[in-house]
Amino acid sequence: MMSAMFAEFNATVENPEALRALRLEVEEFHYEYCNALDTGRLMDWPEFFTPDALYRVTGRENADAGLPVGLVYCDGRGMLRDRARAVAETQMYAPRYLLHSVSNVRVVAAAGPEIKAQANYFLYQTLVEGPTTLHQAGRYYDTFLRVDGRLLLKERQCIYDTDLIANDIVYPI
Amino acid sequence: MYSNENIIGMPGAHPKERSAELVWPPEGLQTIPDWVYTDQSIYDREMERIFHGATWNFVALEAEIENPGDFKRSYVGPTPVVVTRALDGSINVIENRCQHRGAEFCRHSRGNAKELVCPYHQWTYDLKGNLQGVPFKRGVNRAGGMPPDFRNEDHGLKKLKVAVLHGVVFATFAEEIEPIEEYLGTEMLIDFDAVFKGRKLVVLGHYRNELPGNWKLYFENLRDPYHATLLHGFLVSYGLVVAGSKTSMMVDPSGRHGSMGSARPANVTDVVDQSVAAEMRAFKDDATLEDARFLNYVPEFDSPWSVTMQTLWPNLVVQRELNTLGVRHIVPNGPHSMIMVWTMFGYEGDTEEMRQHRLRQGNLMGPAGFLGVEDNEAIRFVQEGLKRSPTDKAVVRLGGDTVGSDTTTLITESAIRAMYQQYRETMGL
Repeated sequence: MMSAMFAEFNATVENPEALRALRLEVEEFHYEYCNALDTGRLMDWPEFFTPDALYRVTGRENADAGLPVGLVYCDGRGMLRDRARAVAETQMYAPRYLLHSVSNVRVVAAAGPEIKAQANYFLYQTLVEGPTTLHQAGRYYDTFLRVDGRLLLKERQCIYDTDLIANDIVYPI
Repeated sequence: MYSNENIIGMPGAHPKERSAELVWPPEGLQTIPDWVYTDQSIYDREMERIFHGATWNFVALEAEIENPGDFKRSYVGPTPVVVTRALDGSINVIENRCQHRGAEFCRHSRGNAKELVCPYHQWTYDLKGNLQGVPFKRGVNRAGGMPPDFRNEDHGLKKLKVAVLHGVVFATFAEEIEPIEEYLGTEMLIDFDAVFKGRKLVVLGHYRNELPGNWKLYFENLRDPYHATLLHGFLVSYGLVVAGSKTSMMVDPSGRHGSMGSARPANVTDVVDQSVAAEMRAFKDDATLEDARFLNYVPEFDSPWSVTMQTLWPNLVVQRELNTLGVRHIVPNGPHSMIMVWTMFGYEGDTEEMRQHRLRQGNLMGPAGFLGVEDNEAIRFVQEGLKRSPTDKAVVRLGGDTVGSDTTTLITESAIRAMYQQYRETMGL
């Protein structure tokens, strides 16, 4: 039971064949976005968003209840850049690698320059000298905007199922 | 599962997880022996004497259970309880354990119900925990069923004593305990009241994380003003707290509770001279944010402090970090782990802009916060160091022998010593 906020994402798509070509484009976006994060190019991450973008990471419990809080809540690309810089330059944390895996990519609507899409994500974390663990399982609820031929995120809500977070989340999802 | 146990060795891999000789080192309060963080028998004694003893434990905010029938799963120490708003409006805290076979019957984090039903055999309780119905109590066709002397009144859910103060709900297993205002004390009520008194809270959301460290380390971290300018590069880089900031570390007379306050300097260069700056590695006098709204402080409290962090023994942290507000409920989870349940809130009457501001500022704290991540990482490092090395004690000598409040300097561990003074008494150590 997801709140009304995501109702249009979660309904069955009536015309998937009409959106098939866009799905390829959205998949390519995900792969480039994840590649930037997985290779540690933190400062490139905000550039996948529009200047007025909203980026939120929150639990499914909050999304279901329509509660607005975010573990990460960035309102505008300025805040995304500030976060990227804070993580890269000011924060102390144990060294780690992260790998994103994105699947079940669905384009649910397209109107003019705007595309709404949804996907499942899995985030694997490897701490130095430790095993690889599944750190997060969740879903992206995305609104893309086509700007000068290129897709940018106008809104990305990362809604995780992983209710009990293992200590912390350092890097963007 | 989540804990680092399964990364750096199975439980029991390290000698200090087994019982040590429990004699406090002769140096007294200037040292803390590792076994208070690692020993199972100490943990067991803490559950009995502290969490199940004469302490008021945080369980909920009233705003989480506003309407009759609302309920919330919660914990007193590690023990699962259910907090309910009964149909008569009263708040009840009952053990989440069916009196029949012991099932932890309430599985939803929160919800609304007319009664509580254990799914195993459908024993039914009212919202105050009184046993209402036992299916087939008189058997079927005069066979089976409960003996005649079985009385529902004798088999209600275990009820805890409840206290509500300015919308904050506490519970205790103790039969005899002072009223909540006395328990917290006048010194602690100053910062507590600034956040809660006369305010109607609006819940903004929840999060939970497992922190692979002993529960006491979290309390100590918030009684340790020394770490603020050293661990937290973000605070220092952007001039929120620097060595030389106006600060206060208050402890109540019992030593149990603490409140750390700091006032954000209007002009950082006024309080930081070159020699101090050199000791704060993160200090840069030219750091700026692209979105400066993030660090705005909208004055809204009757308090000289722009930040207060209260540690209310044994399981509550009240966070007022500029305009981002929340409570952190600490659930001990064995000697080497704790679970932290966060509830973030604003106030009724907040404008949409103020609500957005609180949400934006939330990036400072929590399991993905600029500061929150660092505390969690540091606590994990400490637990691993304590557990894995043969060295057996920590040093808390900053500020010398003083015990209790210190309102003159950040560079003190006086409040940690006060916590251990009362801890040793309660624990008989």
